[in-house]
Amino acid sequence: MSIDPRRLVGVKAERVTNISSTDFPGHYPGEDHSWDAQKFKQNLKVQVQRVSNRSIDFDLVGVDASIANALRRILLAEVPTIAIEHVYVYDNTTVIQDEVLAHRMGLIPLDVDPDMMTTLLPGDDLTDRNTLVFKVDFECTRNPRPPPGATEPEDLYLNHELLSKHLSWHPEGEQKTYFGNHEPQPTNGDIVLAKLRPGQRVQMDLHAIKSVGKDHAKFSPVATASYRILPHISILKPIPKEHAKKFQQCFAPGVVDIDPTTHAVSINQKFVRNDTVTREVLRHPEFEGYVELSRVRDHFLFNIESESAYEPARLFKESIKVMKAKLATVRASVELLRNPTRSEDVVMGS
Amino acid sequence: MEDDTDASPDWAQPNWKGLGISDPIKSVEDKWLLLPAFLKVKGLVKQHIDSFDYFVNADIKNVVKANAKITSDVDPRFWLKFTDIHIGFPDRNESGVATQQVTPHECRLRDITYSAPIIVTIMYTRGKNIVKRNAQIGRIPIMLRSGKCFLSGRSEEELARMSECPLDPGGYFIVKGTEKVILVQEQLSKNRIIVERDPVKGVVQASCTSSTHGGIKSKTYVVTKKDRIYLRHNSISEDVPIAIALKALGIQSDKEVLLLTAGSDEAYRAIFAANLEDAAKLGVFTRRQALEYVGSRVKVNRGGGGWGGGGGGGAAGKRPAWEEALEALATLVLSHVPVRGLDFRAKAIFVATMTRRVIAAVHDEKMVDDRDYVGNKRLELAGQLLALLFEDLFKTYQSNLKSAIDKVLKKASRTTEYDAFKTMQFMGDHISAGFVRAISTGNWSLKRFRMERAGVTHVLSRLSFIAALGMMTRIASQFEKTRKVSGPRALQPSQWGMLCPSDTPEGEACGLVKNLALMTHITTDVDEEPIVRVAFMLGVEDINLATGAEIYAPHVFVVYVNGTIIGLTRYPARFVAAFRKLRRARRLSEFVSVYINHHQAAVHIASDGGRICRPAVIVEGGVSRVRREHVDLLKANKASFDDFLKLGLVEYLDVNEENDAYIALYESDITPSTTHLEIEPFTLLGAVAGLIPYPHHNQSPRNTYQCAMGKQAIGAIGYNQLRRIDTLLYLSVYPQQPMVKTRTIEMVGYDRLPAGQNAVVAVMAYSGYDIEDALILNKASLDRGYGRCQVFRKNATLIRKYPNGTFDRLADAVLDDSGVPLKKYDIIQGDGLAGVGERVDPGDIFINKQTPTNATDNSFTGHAAAVPYKNTPMSYKAPVAGNIDKVMISDTENEQTLIKVLVRQTRRPELGDKFSSRHGQKGVCGLIVGQEDMPFGDGGVCPDTIMNPHGFPSRMTVGKMIELLAGKAGTLSGSLQYGTAFGGSKVEDMSRILVEHGFSYAGKDMLTSGITGEPMEAYVYFGPIYYQKLKHMVMDKMHARARGPRATLTRQPTEGRSREGGLRLGEMERDCLIGYGATQLLLERLMISSDAFEVAACEGCGLMGRSPGANASAGGGSGGWCTYCKSAKRMATLTIPYAAKLLFQELMAMNVVPRLVLADAGE
Repeated sequence: MSIDPRRLVGVKAERVTNISSTDFPGHYPGEDHSWDAQKFKQNLKVQVQRVSNRSIDFDLVGVDASIANALRRILLAEVPTIAIEHVYVYDNTTVIQDEVLAHRMGLIPLDVDPDMMTTLLPGDDLTDRNTLVFKVDFECTRNPRPPPGATEPEDLYLNHELLSKHLSWHPEGEQKTYFGNHEPQPTNGDIVLAKLRPGQRVQMDLHAIKSVGKDHAKFSPVATASYRILPHISILKPIPKEHAKKFQQCFAPGVVDIDPTTHAVSINQKFVRNDTVTREVLRHPEFEGYVELSRVRDHFLFNIESESAYEPARLFKESIKVMKAKLATVRASVELLRNPTRSEDVVMGS
Repeated sequence: MEDDTDASPDWAQPNWKGLGISDPIKSVEDKWLLLPAFLKVKGLVKQHIDSFDYFVNADIKNVVKANAKITSDVDPRFWLKFTDIHIGFPDRNESGVATQQVTPHECRLRDITYSAPIIVTIMYTRGKNIVKRNAQIGRIPIMLRSGKCFLSGRSEEELARMSECPLDPGGYFIVKGTEKVILVQEQLSKNRIIVERDPVKGVVQASCTSSTHGGIKSKTYVVTKKDRIYLRHNSISEDVPIAIALKALGIQSDKEVLLLTAGSDEAYRAIFAANLEDAAKLGVFTRRQALEYVGSRVKVNRGGGGWGGGGGGGAAGKRPAWEEALEALATLVLSHVPVRGLDFRAKAIFVATMTRRVIAAVHDEKMVDDRDYVGNKRLELAGQLLALLFEDLFKTYQSNLKSAIDKVLKKASRTTEYDAFKTMQFMGDHISAGFVRAISTGNWSLKRFRMERAGVTHVLSRLSFIAALGMMTRIASQFEKTRKVSGPRALQPSQWGMLCPSDTPEGEACGLVKNLALMTHITTDVDEEPIVRVAFMLGVEDINLATGAEIYAPHVFVVYVNGTIIGLTRYPARFVAAFRKLRRARRLSEFVSVYINHHQAAVHIASDGGRICRPAVIVEGGVSRVRREHVDLLKANKASFDDFLKLGLVEYLDVNEENDAYIALYESDITPSTTHLEIEPFTLLGAVAGLIPYPHHNQSPRNTYQCAMGKQAIGAIGYNQLRRIDTLLYLSVYPQQPMVKTRTIEMVGYDRLPAGQNAVVAVMAYSGYDIEDALILNKASLDRGYGRCQVFRKNATLIRKYPNGTFDRLADAVLDDSGVPLKKYDIIQGDGLAGVGERVDPGDIFINKQTPTNATDNSFTGHAAAVPYKNTPMSYKAPVAGNIDKVMISDTENEQTLIKVLVRQTRRPELGDKFSSRHGQKGVCGLIVGQEDMPFGDGGVCPDTIMNPHGFPSRMTVGKMIELLAGKAGTLSGSLQYGTAFGGSKVEDMSRILVEHGFSYAGKDMLTSGITGEPMEAYVYFGPIYYQKLKHMVMDKMHARARGPRATLTRQPTEGRSREGGLRLGEMERDCLIGYGATQLLLERLMISSDAFEVAACEGCGLMGRSPGANASAGGGSGGWCTYCKSAKRMATLTIPYAAKLLFQELMAMNVVPRLVLADAGE
């Protein structure tokens, strides 16, 4: 499988070459690279490689880095989620200070579909549509009947750890019916928020709202969303068989095949994506001139780890939704520029 | 220790336990385990504690023994003897409390002194009886974790119960609630001869500072002056020719003088000969003549002096000159050399030796001593300083007691027989107050010992755990900081292993303030009597029996004990070997040192306190005495460091004995002549420098910078940190132990009380906001808690009771008309104090105290409750809101109610906050960037911090690069790596781990720009580095003002942030404006915006007059009134700086008339 060299980013020993795409109009004399929806459609490929509960791996092929990056950035910063924003402390006698405990509360990922809620804008009243109320009332006591000879806190005390599962949701207004069976709760119930000892108590009200990651990282729906571009290895001339083993070890397992009989070395195109591009092969003088490393510029191996109510597969779609909304804003703005008679202002992000 | 080799001859086989014959001998692995064992026994601040314990248990008894008896001038039958003294355990100096035991933490919180009673056993006459009883004479502050402290030998649980941190080193005092350290003081050694040469004047001098118990110090010199040698001493007004001095000391014949000084060496004799002639020329031949000569030049010291017993005044005190000379020579000159029954032989030999050293130095320039040599230094610790202080206080106490007793005894008739004990009970608290005053102010002014030292104690810095630790190992030098000499500041080769080469401040105290290395120990005094006896037993010949010919015979070595000559030996090597054998067998204290000085043909034995020493493994016959089995015992916790000492496996070497040893750095370096083996090379660094990973790869000043910065890092300061109420306390919210540790870190406990976080760093340029060492921070990291810290500030006040019966009180919040508390009182609760947990906004009141208006009125006799009160509240002044963390209500020792309110701020890093890695690379945050804009690697990891690569080439902190590599390898393999000095994880291994985990061997990753989404053109050095957040934060520094307060005197804006001052347009800025010609700007800056003042001046006389409006009716005119001309006619108003007006008035006060010559601006 040969790849158009124009699509390749060169991976050299000490530098990376041809990092930018060149398929824009006017770059190559006599070639037409103007954007064409048909061609784009033809080239665009999205293929899911692996999906789990919390993460998704998929290939995005045929788009410019700017598009892939925009989606990544949106995933990190602009797909809304629900997180605790306001904490009302009635009692907190733990060693964790109020602000620190509040900060920890804020970082708990909540399993609430953001589509079910609206954003609380400054000046808005709290309603059952924009705010969720959680309560914590947690007190540590001595275990009345500890096992004899116990020394560990889990044996000696009751409620010695405040976990995220101890937050209890208090439905307001129509929320009970609105959320139905899907009760708001932390996605992970075992996050340790504070450790307590007998006599210590936490009592607080927590208000969760909807916002985006660029406001605060706690609203980011992903653990991370990132991509790397597909590695590409081309063997320029056959590798001497005495070096075959060493050549194989320069790459991730499975990337290089050695024929058991001929000792001929070949690249396994199926597993080449597993290579981590360690550039180890460029370090050894015996392979100089034998191999060229590169990566495919428009073949993005996306990885999204969800840490929110979104299923991983849905996140990417959400990001496209946000992007579309942004584009709509731009379009409306352009339209307004062209036709200034319309009086309403364009509202960003709507 | 059983040997299993003799059971079966399996060593004879070619393969013994898997090893061939030609395989290298397996070295003792984990020999470094001796270090934790050492620290377990000794602790990091054992010097302080040992010294204090020695004072409390032994030295204080000596002081009392030396000043035991009081007699009365009035009643000759009365006497009082102090037969014993001991110090109890710290207790509460209060009555009516359930338990007398007091914990250090209670003292810290309640601003009281952690002190113990001093109890003496006295015997005295009461009438005809002799009474013996105990009496308390005062209280002494107790050093924490010393033998007298409740904390010594407690388990972690017990310490926790006392709110004490198990990692706290102790070694400091708590005086009036503040933690005070008595710094180690560095001094030149006492009772030793130091020969120096002044190359400019060509003068050679031998000096010796004598110091004996009782504290009388005197310095004796033997100097050359115009090729003659003289004895010089403070108590003799003129230099005494050396021959005369020796004759006065009883060396009467010239032959003997010559033999004792120059010996049989012709060159030496030639140098010395002229001195003998001089004596003859001056007509001094006999001892009597010499004494007369000296005696006529002795400064007679009467008055306060204790010696001579005279002081009767007048003719009775006048004694013949020779007696004065005898007196001075016996007690003042070289007072440490004992003179028994006017036998001056020993002293004469000492003076002769000094002379000989001078002759030798005249003959050979190299025969001089080095003042800066660490072996010539002694460190004075808390115990010694306290002993001096106690002696002074005790003597004053005694003289006070004596006069008090005399006063009573003077009265002729008494109904009951006099009991001195009662007088003692009314003696006041002179001793306790003296201790508290000295320790809390740091002024050791002891007139009795001519000692005047300021700044001996310092407040223990609790900025970070390391700051406190660093302070405990600090050594202050007595050298002046202003003198421009490099010698005392320079790194001394002899400080290897004793003093840390890296940890010293920059700037004026550079090289003068030092720090102890990890395994350093400072000796305390060891009794020299038995040592002298042992020396004689080992065949030393008594010096008093020797003549000059014998002393300086070839192959004869002089034996010194603590600087005093005791005898001769012909077999120095054998003597020293035997002596060491006795020491290793524990027949002598392990801190007695012995060494041969071949230049001086002398054997020196030292047992005095203040010597710096360190342990080393003994090597015998080319084999280390510490073997695998010993280390295994250590590992199994079956042996302690002391067992190693007892078994003679390790021993202490002081700096001088080190010179006699051949110490191998590693076991592989051992040769047949090796005598010792280093326990671990990294112990040459101190506790603070020990935090640096790979310090041996850094440029040395960088390590020094880190030593200074590590003390400013915000982290955890102790397990009891949340129970403390300190004036200012910085804590990190999420401190982490470093990914790349060192052995030292583990041993000092920095991994349990860390001050920093492992930040993922990308070394690359980003945005231009990272020039000049600025850092870029990831906003998402900050959101998640990176670099978050807390600042606690104490606000304390006393609720006083006044002598006139009135008292302060706490009041309710002030209500407005509708009965709602005013905004600034909204957090005040019913008790007049802010509630714990409440948010305090700037300006809020948190202690609503009221003071009676007549508190100082001592004539007031009315009803205390009916007094009018004024508000004296405490309000919150910081620019940002905080929270009330703690409110403490207690009372002090004098029963005043004490209220402490701790206010907490939680801060997230912001632009301008200072950060530093552990390699002296500090930088401020230049930009905070959202996570989406950060570059990211193939795995999706994005950095917490971006550091500009320009930080590397000029700083050469290669250690930082290796730290990153090791940290990265550690995170990938899930293990902590070590960056211990002269060891640590190897770069090669780290690279291999990286490659195994799919990263480049060099640690450089291919990153994708978060802004463009394209790969970056260069590979970026990327991985975790431990970063410290330093205490300098913009929030505490930022300051600006448009208008604000002015100083009362000059009416110019105040100065400084704390007074909301203006920003000064200084002289240089003024010069710029003058040069540019911006006159209007100058006028505005220097006058209008500063202290413009309208003044009315008289055009006639040029003096300033009364301003208009001030008294318009009297002057009549609108232009003011000239009091000089008595006219309002020619008055003009003009605007001048108020400072100028002040100047004119001040000049007038000095009878200088400044006249203003006025003209219209247009003319």
